[in-house]
Amino acid sequence: MNFLDQIWLIPLFPLLGAVLMLLFGKKLDPQPASDVAVAPGVEHTHDEHDTHGHGHGHGHTHDHGHDHAHGGGHGHGSPLKILVSLLCPGMVLLSFLFSLGAVMQLAQLPTKVHQVVQFTWLAGMPFHMLDGRIATFSADWGFLLDPLSAVMILVVTGVGFLIHVYSVGYMAHDNGYYRFFGYLNLFVFFMLMLVLANNYALLFVGWEGVGLCSYLLIGFYYQKKSAADAGKKAFVVNRVGDAGFILGMLLLYALLGTSRFVDVNHALQSGQFHAETAGFGVLSAIALLFFTGATGKSAQFPLYVWLPDAMEGPTPVSALIHAATMVTAGVYMVARSAALFQLTPATSSIVASVGAFTAILAASIALVQNDIKRVLAYSTVSQLGYMFLALGVGAYWVAIFHLFPHAFFKALLFLCSGSVIHAMGGEQDMRRMGALKDKIPVTHWTMWVASLAIAGIPGLAGFFSKDEILWQAYSSPSGSQVLWLIGLVTAGMTAFYMWRLMNMTFYGKSHVAPEVEAHIHESPATMTVPLTVLAIGSALGGWLGVPKLWGLPESFRAFEHWLAPAFAAAAAEGEHGGAHGASIEWILMSVSVAIAIIGIAVARYFYHTKPEIPEKLELRLKPLYGLLLNKWYVDEIYDFLFVNGLAKGGGRAMAAFDLSVIDGAVNGAGWFTRFCSTISMWWDTWIIDGAVRLGSFTVKLLSYPVCFLQTGRVQAYALFFVVGVLAFFGYYVIR
Amino acid sequence: MDQHLLSLVLFTPLAGLVVLLLIPSRQKDLIRVWANLVGFVGFLISLPLVSRFDRSAGGFQMVERAGWIPSLGAQYLVGIDGISLLLIMLTTLVGFLAILSSWTAIQDRVKEYYAMFLLLQTGMLGVFMALDFFLFYVFWELVLVPMYFIIGVWGGPRKLYAAIKFFLYTLAGSVLMLLGILTLYFQHAQQFGSYTFEISELMKLDLPLGMQQWVFWAFFLGFAIKVPMFPFHTWLPDAHVEAPTAGSVILASVLLKMGTYGFIRFSLPLLPKASMDATIVKTLAVLSIIGIIYGALVSLMQADWKKLVAYSSVSHLGFCTLGIFALNPNGLAGSVMQQLNHGISTGMLFLIIGVLYERRHTREIAEYGGLAHVMPKYAVVFAIAMLSSAGLPLLNGFVGEFTILQGAFEASHVWAAFAVTGVILGAAYLLWLYQRTMLGQVTNGKNLHLADLSPRELAVFLPLMAWALWIGVYPKPYFEILEKPVAQIVERVRPGYFQGAAQAARTSPAEVVAGVR
Repeated sequence: MNFLDQIWLIPLFPLLGAVLMLLFGKKLDPQPASDVAVAPGVEHTHDEHDTHGHGHGHGHTHDHGHDHAHGGGHGHGSPLKILVSLLCPGMVLLSFLFSLGAVMQLAQLPTKVHQVVQFTWLAGMPFHMLDGRIATFSADWGFLLDPLSAVMILVVTGVGFLIHVYSVGYMAHDNGYYRFFGYLNLFVFFMLMLVLANNYALLFVGWEGVGLCSYLLIGFYYQKKSAADAGKKAFVVNRVGDAGFILGMLLLYALLGTSRFVDVNHALQSGQFHAETAGFGVLSAIALLFFTGATGKSAQFPLYVWLPDAMEGPTPVSALIHAATMVTAGVYMVARSAALFQLTPATSSIVASVGAFTAILAASIALVQNDIKRVLAYSTVSQLGYMFLALGVGAYWVAIFHLFPHAFFKALLFLCSGSVIHAMGGEQDMRRMGALKDKIPVTHWTMWVASLAIAGIPGLAGFFSKDEILWQAYSSPSGSQVLWLIGLVTAGMTAFYMWRLMNMTFYGKSHVAPEVEAHIHESPATMTVPLTVLAIGSALGGWLGVPKLWGLPESFRAFEHWLAPAFAAAAAEGEHGGAHGASIEWILMSVSVAIAIIGIAVARYFYHTKPEIPEKLELRLKPLYGLLLNKWYVDEIYDFLFVNGLAKGGGRAMAAFDLSVIDGAVNGAGWFTRFCSTISMWWDTWIIDGAVRLGSFTVKLLSYPVCFLQTGRVQAYALFFVVGVLAFFGYYVIR
Repeated sequence: MDQHLLSLVLFTPLAGLVVLLLIPSRQKDLIRVWANLVGFVGFLISLPLVSRFDRSAGGFQMVERAGWIPSLGAQYLVGIDGISLLLIMLTTLVGFLAILSSWTAIQDRVKEYYAMFLLLQTGMLGVFMALDFFLFYVFWELVLVPMYFIIGVWGGPRKLYAAIKFFLYTLAGSVLMLLGILTLYFQHAQQFGSYTFEISELMKLDLPLGMQQWVFWAFFLGFAIKVPMFPFHTWLPDAHVEAPTAGSVILASVLLKMGTYGFIRFSLPLLPKASMDATIVKTLAVLSIIGIIYGALVSLMQADWKKLVAYSSVSHLGFCTLGIFALNPNGLAGSVMQQLNHGISTGMLFLIIGVLYERRHTREIAEYGGLAHVMPKYAVVFAIAMLSSAGLPLLNGFVGEFTILQGAFEASHVWAAFAVTGVILGAAYLLWLYQRTMLGQVTNGKNLHLADLSPRELAVFLPLMAWALWIGVYPKPYFEILEKPVAQIVERVRPGYFQGAAQAARTSPAEVVAGVR
């Protein structure tokens, strides 16, 4: 079978699953009648339906706040529910197998690039490019498989499948089971569109689509205001980045007349454009706008604020979307634009600085958080910062190399935390955990592996990629010792907060509430098997990119070789290893391993050996501690400036302006018209009509003498007649 | 039959109206059935327009011409191009759905209500078909009357204020427009010695820039009030809030498009010099951008659901006018697409409010909350309408917005940069609205037992949702329909556009890059 020409099918499998779930899922998985969450104190208007009493929208609304049935309680449900459990992960598995087939066939191709264009999706009109030539504004519905997207689809479908399996166990008791899987499948569809698209506009379709699914899944427990708020925040903050991305695309169209990756790269590498070393030109502007989009999706400063809040979603969502896949979309997009960023040193250095700054900022916050998922969320932000640091110094393959094991160990960390939360009956505060090691052994050892991996202990996946990033930050022409130092300090912090987490959760004294203690149990196999698989990946994944220094066979550097064609241009300029001696590399490597070990040791000392030390430190460094605990007050500042200030304040001011000034003018015009008409009416009554009536009055006045005579009485006329006749006669007689 | 297809489409509602008048008023259900039937037939009969329309031909098609008032030179002259075709299809479909949505909502004066709707339907179709300025003006004014009554008789508490405001405001604009029309009419007589209102004849006029500008502003008032552009928009929230649901739907989906259509059909081709005038273009672009941002911000803070959607229309229509005055193919095509999209998505949003208003008789957002639990189907439909309005890719809104932004970007980077903020704010006010009404817990006991969508109500939404998805996934046919007419208008306003900007043609991109630096 020729998988390569059928790659368009890869995203369609999960789409099919999603459509089936969202259209018919409700019939497969009937909801209990009592599914209405009612706010406390709300009275029913009818009294026949009083089944809503339970917990008043409380019980099932929390992430795993539901009552656990023990032992055989998992996976129960109707045969139809089992169908859901088979169908949705099955669709992702199908995509994974298909992807595997396609990638294997891709490896056979000499060029390692395969493009399938299905139809013209956006078929716009001609327009003038910046140089005055005519181009057509259009975008394909087309797919591109190259080494870069190959890595991405394997990560997305592979890790995605494991997380789907895990969710079968994790979500077993949740209402809206089908809805959850429908959204999850929809997410995989959009994510695959994102990484398989052959142009920026279609990538943007996936980009917005995963944003939508993220919104839906963060707000999965939409009864909770915090969940709905977090979903909205994620969407709107991402939109800020998207606005930049859109402008970047438009500028790209204006410059090159196309948004197809292949054509864009070809044009950029044709020699027509030169690196903008002197200043900030069009290319730098495009790159910066793209990076703005990436800061939204990949949670970089200043747009990272949505990601920690996104932990309101169910834990598998945090693992899949907010750790392993979606949040790496920005990294992918920048790596996809490597040819562009290669030409824009100004923007690249911004990328590196923002990445480094975000890494250390988020790590500092993670040091003191007490919610197990929040620690991991900030850790994700921090690790993404590492990836951007690598991108910024031109080490594109290294960024993707870090993305790959990160997808494993961070997904694993989240799933393990989910398993802990599951075991603890919904508890997320680490201060109420401890000594769970033997109670949930599989969770413990898998998380142990992941924590070592992220801390950078040699041999495990995180070590190789992180070390490569640090080395590139130091040695690359666009790198610097400052960037390296920030990366190093962050690495120490990472080791510390991860092992703080491990110690607070698994070791030391138990702080678990007694009533919870009795219920602690290991998760079912649907959850522990994915953990095990991911743990293996976290342990071994790094051996695809062993440092050249170690002198192992080239097959241990398969990752770099595989990605080489995708970053051909970048690699040409990236050959700089010779500038620094091997001894320096060895020294740096030792330093980073040392700092990781120190971090772990300090964490053990603080949270296991001498638990009173952190308490004392908290008191002594109260201002700093408060600053970190409150996340540097960034959320508050944004709320003040943008949400309440610009948006709501502006909206309120504009609404008032609209009502008083604009509509006031309209109503004023109406009033003025009425005023004029009143005046006119007065004028008409008293002046115009007055004149008329004056005429009639005059006539009337003049008529009085006549009236006096013209009485209408015949007797009077007879009298006048007689008087007249007499007078007449009298006149003649007297004369 | 074929050569009279347009007349058939145009007069079907009117013929239905005549029969309707013969049905006794107390036969309410019969009246409803008949009106729905007429609406449906009106839609079906317009379908052949699509299949017979020749996308590759320029100019107007299916033209019908008959003498009307020879002494004035006014004719019965109708015809369509791609732009009017799309708006006509929108009118026949949304008109039918609006009638369908009124089944239970309207209980008083049922006969008069449907009579007004059928009359309105003919009026709107006439506006989009007329190729004679006199005929156009007649239809343009004809639309006012039934809408006035729909708001004034079947409207909410402040219906009289709203109806009079709507009527007088738009009338004031159209009277000035009439002066503009008459100027062209007499100029034509002066230049060619014959009195005519025919658009293609009036296009032959050679007017000095000053006079074009004068006429442009006269037209502008008529069209801008209808659109409505900032700052002429305040009749809209009042009219929307007070109008019955179907009235709001028609008002938003179709009536507002008469203004944008007017700009495209008359202002640009008849007054090309004025339309290219820097002051005019800048003024209109700035007003559009203010409309986009201002409408969105005001929308954000509304407590009344309908008012919120009404202000969102101001924002969306700002995109449409911005596209028009970008004066390039993508701006114009995007504008027409967005007019269609706005008709679909905002039509849905108003229908959604109507469903709830019928059940609860309030539009206060604070009265609702947590409805997704009680009305899950409704919540899904609302979500789709919201996302379509917010411009999510693979739904219709994105295609229009993105194309308009491209057009605006070509005209000026700054315009696009400002307009793009509308995309952010659009998501903000819509998602917030959705959260406050649909998500969270049920906070009001009255909402606990609301009935979900009935099959009839669902039937109203299905065609619109399907259309939204179609445009989002495969917009190509629409762009093909628009290609010729848009090209003609651009060629008329900016001759030689399609040859490229000649002076810069020989410059290589690298030099431009250097230039931008």
